[in-house]
Amino acid sequence: MPKITLTVNGRAVSTEVEGRTLLVELLRENLRLTGTHVGCDTSQCGCCVVHVNGKAVKACTMLALQAEGARVVTIEGLAPDGAPLHPMQEAFRQNHGLQCGFCTPGMIMTAIDLVNREGNDLDDSTIREGLEGNLCRCTGYQNIVKSIAAGARAMKGKKRPAAA
Amino acid sequence: MYNFNYHRPKDLAAAAALLQANENAKLMAGGQTLIPTLKQRLASPSDLIDLSDVDGLSGIERKGKHVQIGAMVTHAEVAASAVVRRAIPSLAELAEGIGDPAVRHRGTIGGSVANNDPAADYPAAVLALGASIFTNKREISADDFFKGLFETALEPDEIVTSVCFPVPVKAAYMKFPNPASRYALAGVFVAKRAKDVRVAVTGAGESGVFRVPAMERALDKKFAAKSIESIKVGEEGLVSDLHAQADYRAHLIGVMARRAVEAALKAT
Repeated sequence: MPKITLTVNGRAVSTEVEGRTLLVELLRENLRLTGTHVGCDTSQCGCCVVHVNGKAVKACTMLALQAEGARVVTIEGLAPDGAPLHPMQEAFRQNHGLQCGFCTPGMIMTAIDLVNREGNDLDDSTIREGLEGNLCRCTGYQNIVKSIAAGARAMKGKKRPAAA
Repeated sequence: MYNFNYHRPKDLAAAAALLQANENAKLMAGGQTLIPTLKQRLASPSDLIDLSDVDGLSGIERKGKHVQIGAMVTHAEVAASAVVRRAIPSLAELAEGIGDPAVRHRGTIGGSVANNDPAADYPAAVLALGASIFTNKREISADDFFKGLFETALEPDEIVTSVCFPVPVKAAYMKFPNPASRYALAGVFVAKRAKDVRVAVTGAGESGVFRVPAMERALDKKFAAKSIESIKVGEEGLVSDLHAQADYRAHLIGVMARRAVEAALKAT
């Protein structure tokens, strides 16, 4: 089987995968990083969004082997066990930006990518357009939009965690 | 998804050799269409040739009256490119409207034109602007490139290397997205070029992207939305499916074309 070497949440990882192994399968099944979810498995719902070389991608629509040599950050990489939550995670908690929580890891990874691209002062329409590829079946999005605006402001001037 | 042998060649010659050596091999650019297709087992290649590491397929460059975009340039890169924004802002806007942010980080212009999905956005820009598709073998004009549903002029062992767009005088793209999938029910790219006007439609045709000569002639005389107000696009050859009937799509083409003309006039 082909071998793959990459960095996941700041840790060097080397493992064997099949050609057809998806990045999300590598993360969840080989590495047991089950914070990244599989919702639709058809690149529509965004529950599997992770960062690859600093950019949000859908881990269900990327082969593990395509991530050879890449730097991958998952939701687990934002706040290692025991560390304070990432400002975007904290904003979701404060603003009730989730109900069942299934979509939340993808929402947060997408939101941080949006801040990286568009800055810390995000208006509602920028946030809503940025969430084009993320579906939530509980909240009706209002509090997610509120959370992201607050999280974006809270990220201002804060040094990003090493892994993110 | 059935398994396959995965290859990651470093140069075009190696990629072409792999393609020649394996009859059932497939090229992969960003994989945003191919991976879903593999999952559905609509394709089952023996070998997958990932173009990520192939030299010379990246970069956006202004070359006099043209903008050349490498085949592996992502939609996000085109959308964010200062060169494209300045020379052909309509093209940057089109790229910004493809899929969603995560898809735009992976999907590429070369993959999009080679796949020639009838609802893809890029083919409308390539055809309306009169772009050229460069491959490892030759240059193909947009008029000769798109051959129908998912069909192009590409030979089995041919690899798209870049797409070269002439800079228009003005241009704009307007699409009416399906509210759920966001794919264009009808998308119209209007380009006023130095010597003529070209109008290309995506999302609506049974055989993929096509031009509307009647609109082009009218806009050539006078570039104004009013010029094409009375031009009706026939239903023949248009898609009828659960998303929209042919007559509705025909109507949308007219509306999107007029909006595109107005947007092009405003843009300059």
